[in-house]
Amino acid sequence: MQINAFIDGKPYSFDRPMTVLEACKEAGREIPTICYHPSVKSIGACRICVVEVEGFRNLQAACTLPLSDGMKIKTQSPRITSSRKMNIELLLSRHPNVCMTCESNGNCKLQALAYEYGIEEPAYGVQLRGLEPDDSSLFIYRDLNKCIQCQLCVRVCDEVENMSIYSMAYRGYESLPEPPFGLPLGSSQCVSCGQCASICPVGAIVEKPSMGKARWWELKAVKTTCPYCGVGCQLDMYYHPKTNEIIKVMPSEENPEVNDGIATCVKGKFGFEFANHPDRLKKPLIRRDGKFVEVEWEEALDYTADRLKEMLRKYGPEGIGLLGSAKCTNEENYILQKFSRAVFKTNNVDHCARLCHASTVAGLAMSFGSGAMTNNLLDIQHADVILLTGSNPPENHPVYGSRIKKTIRENGTKLIVADPRKTELVDYATIWINHKPGTDIALFSGLLHIIAAENLADETFIAERTEKWEEMKESLKGFDPKTVSEITGVPVDLLYKAARLYAEAENAAIIYAMGITQHACGTHNVISLANLAMATGNLGRPGVGVNPLRGQNNVQGACDVGALPNVYSGYQRVGDPAMKKKFEEFWGVTGLPTNIGLPVTEMIGHPNIKAMFVMGENPAVSDPDSEHVEKSLAALEFFADTDIFITESNVYADVILPAASTFEKDGTFTNTERRVQRIRKVIEPIGESKPDWWIVQELSKRMGYEMNYQSAEDIMNEIRRCTPSYAGMAYHRMEKIGLQWPCRSDEDPGTSILHTQKFAHPDGKGKFTPMTYNDPPETPDAEYPFYLSTGRILYHYHTGTMTRRVKAIHEKEPEVKIEINPTDASSLGVKTDDLVRLTSRRGSIEGKVLVTERSVPGLVFVPFHFAEARANTLTGNFLDPIAKIPSFKVSAVKIEKIDHKTAEV
Amino acid sequence: MSLEQCTVCARHETLYQELDAFIEKNRHRPGALIEVLHKAQSLFGFLPAEVQAFIAKQLGIPESTVFGVVTFYHYFTMKPRGQNQVKVCLGTACYVKGADRVLERLKEELKVGIEEVTQDGRFSIHEVRCLGACSMAPVVLIGEKDFFGRVTPDEVPKILKKYRG
Ligand code: SF4
Ligand code: SF4
Ligand code: SF4
Ligand code: FES
Ligand code: FES
Repeated sequence: MQINAFIDGKPYSFDRPMTVLEACKEAGREIPTICYHPSVKSIGACRICVVEVEGFRNLQAACTLPLSDGMKIKTQSPRITSSRKMNIELLLSRHPNVCMTCESNGNCKLQALAYEYGIEEPAYGVQLRGLEPDDSSLFIYRDLNKCIQCQLCVRVCDEVENMSIYSMAYRGYESLPEPPFGLPLGSSQCVSCGQCASICPVGAIVEKPSMGKARWWELKAVKTTCPYCGVGCQLDMYYHPKTNEIIKVMPSEENPEVNDGIATCVKGKFGFEFANHPDRLKKPLIRRDGKFVEVEWEEALDYTADRLKEMLRKYGPEGIGLLGSAKCTNEENYILQKFSRAVFKTNNVDHCARLCHASTVAGLAMSFGSGAMTNNLLDIQHADVILLTGSNPPENHPVYGSRIKKTIRENGTKLIVADPRKTELVDYATIWINHKPGTDIALFSGLLHIIAAENLADETFIAERTEKWEEMKESLKGFDPKTVSEITGVPVDLLYKAARLYAEAENAAIIYAMGITQHACGTHNVISLANLAMATGNLGRPGVGVNPLRGQNNVQGACDVGALPNVYSGYQRVGDPAMKKKFEEFWGVTGLPTNIGLPVTEMIGHPNIKAMFVMGENPAVSDPDSEHVEKSLAALEFFADTDIFITESNVYADVILPAASTFEKDGTFTNTERRVQRIRKVIEPIGESKPDWWIVQELSKRMGYEMNYQSAEDIMNEIRRCTPSYAGMAYHRMEKIGLQWPCRSDEDPGTSILHTQKFAHPDGKGKFTPMTYNDPPETPDAEYPFYLSTGRILYHYHTGTMTRRVKAIHEKEPEVKIEINPTDASSLGVKTDDLVRLTSRRGSIEGKVLVTERSVPGLVFVPFHFAEARANTLTGNFLDPIAKIPSFKVSAVKIEKIDHKTAEV
Repeated sequence: MSLEQCTVCARHETLYQELDAFIEKNRHRPGALIEVLHKAQSLFGFLPAEVQAFIAKQLGIPESTVFGVVTFYHYFTMKPRGQNQVKVCLGTACYVKGADRVLERLKEELKVGIEEVTQDGRFSIHEVRCLGACSMAPVVLIGEKDFFGRVTPDEVPKILKKYRG
């Protein structure tokens, strides 16, 4: 395809359909715009972008006019100038002249155009609206006196965020973007994603927490990757170079494949204040006589290295355990596992992936030969049917959750939700399967039974690409619809409906998360999904696949670079003699251990483990059975920790080394779709804090193993040399857009969809694994009659060390809310905000009730962010035998109402 | 305004049922939203937030879309209206001929302001723009059809009397 056009007299040719605006931009002709943004549909409202096009009598809005062959376009003429001037004057005639105090001063399109076109006073006089600003939201401040009616906020909230909070209410020139029924924003369903503030071209919608903190021209911006979830949104961080403070966050426009060129959620947009929080650790701390005292780095490092040496001498490699962190960079986790293996000669190294997706890594590796999301975040729009299970993207992976809503709304994609909780996406679902917690294997094998019985399986795919289908079919005999219905509590006809909908779709994608993995049978849960996808041929092309949503920003990467007890970077097995030899040579050491080390869930409290080095994790809140974890940490003979804050875990440490936060260092994170993305230093490290890789390197040197990296990039270059799937990940190639692994050379563009031709097993075949179902290790009984499920909520992240130090977020969600179904609430005699005590066999917590339909009868949900009401006091350390992941999603509890009077005593 | 406070809604459980049936029948027709809003307004007399939220939910569309349409058309109203809507034209011709004084008198007689309903629910007062009857200025329109021309303030009680029943 070729479109030829003349722009300002010069010929150009374009290789794809586009608008006149885009063509002019490509031709290097800047055209001013107000109501245009590349992330939303153009509506041609402001007419600032007008151009002259031969053959049209009137001026044309460039942003909506499709380019056609032979067009002759003029971007500048007196007529264009006077039309633009008139439009700007019309806007100014309703706009208060308050640039001096406006938040957007210096970043306002109206102001810039008035300046460019030299308009001091609008010719039509000024008539203001005289409206009260809307100050009701904690995050967004709206002053519609300044609104220029471009409708960008309306479109972004509808088309990108898919919340559709605003509409242009009232008619004609009075029409303004308003939440439904004229409610203040704070009383609407707004999820505080901040996108309307990011997109508003003037000061009508602004970020409230940043108000009054700085003028735009004082700020500098650095692009980096969001430190919260596995989506990995690309953000421009604006900071004040004089005060070293982060002031506000804007979505990067460069990465539409990740966050649509505009999208953020409340955590990415507003969750940065923790970095400058006064609680930040600024100097190394050593415990002396039971108290922490500040010391200099030299002393802290010498002391730590000496004690670690002593521990190694006394207890040998088996006595030491190390934890990496899914919050830290690839480079840091790589260094940590190298430190563990090359210096301590132990494979006792792990991190919190154990707690979220260890079963994914194990299960998908068994089925497909590679334990990661098969497809990418963008191609969900090609799915005809989505099977979403054990995942709540609108709260946990919000930007991706919005994409799921969008494909349902725009492309008519059908959604099957299989979840014991009635999460937000159930409202969008064609089928909601509300199975009993812990019965996933029965459910998915039951669906596969129906698919096989009704000849809906993809026999060609099965024959050409997989193995063991016959054995699989044999094992399905025990999963007839009647039996499965009894186990799961799902009506037989719903099983049929779901099986048919999934199997008959042209392209069906499976999306899952911790509702599947965090079980004592997590690995088999994952495999049961992989079986479904293989049997229906839903792998290896756009819109299909088995797609685990990884929780932490870098949980994928921390696994990839080997912060796991059984593999080096790139999942190269520690037990493989060839790998041992490879890494001994590569690292210049001898005697690398070949036995698989302890996972975190067994390391903590293991009688052999006498000393631990923990890099930025908080197991006392994140791991099951908190009280047991605390006791074990306290009992360690030596415990060294790096963190940005004092946490519930490192209070037990002998030494705490202050770490630089994610905004204070360089490196890379790997998001859930295997995309390695740069993070960059935005502000100077707070106090004397240092990047974790620097800390580990200094300790390693002191323990006699030289490390001499000058930068994070140095470390990545080493990772590339020993990790085939990361070989092409050069920093300079990831300046703008990250690369997806496997990326095997400098020329390799990366891999957006896995298993397109063959699976990653050596023989290229996918493996079916026959399934058996067992009841969860703990189910409700007379004494503990409720199912307990734990997880996250939109506004907070994990153990809350970061989000709970963000003022507006803390104000929004200050305390735990125990989610109980209305029926249960009335039989317990409790209402929202009443205090209850939850008790399991391991302990109890207290907190306020939230009565909600999101919990089904018999199930309570407790978010695990709140250290004062630790959900993990209740959970048990029941481990999956293969992946050693704990069963966070099923425990049994009882609920008691607490009398307010007694509670206050 | 929550559901408890809205007595109109509480009294009209059956109206919701009728509306729901109407929605079910018409949901797939083009322009269903406008028709549903018409129906709802004819049932409830006006379109309070609860009714709009109900319609949004049943049609599976955003509340903001419903609100946008309701506020776009003058015909739809979110405020209750009287059985007899008294519309005073404030177009240029009527204004010049003293429509403002007629309006003042109306407010006094009915003891309510513009866009408000009398206690007995019988009247509400509204301002309108030129009704196309400038030759009869000032003009008052009651309901959809009853035009009164060359109205003086003192005629107001007489006009209202007809509707007091
Ligand atoms: S903050 Fe997000 S959800 Fe709220 S109104 Fe703005 S765009 Fe919509
Ligand atoms: S509030 Fe801002 S984004 Fe929304 S219509 Fe007004 S000027 Fe445009
Ligand atoms: S969706 Fe995830 S990566 Fe994106 S802004 Fe939110 S927390 Fe950050
Ligand atoms: S930018 Fe084209 S009409 Fe507004
Ligand atoms: S101005 Fe009142 S009818 Fe025309």
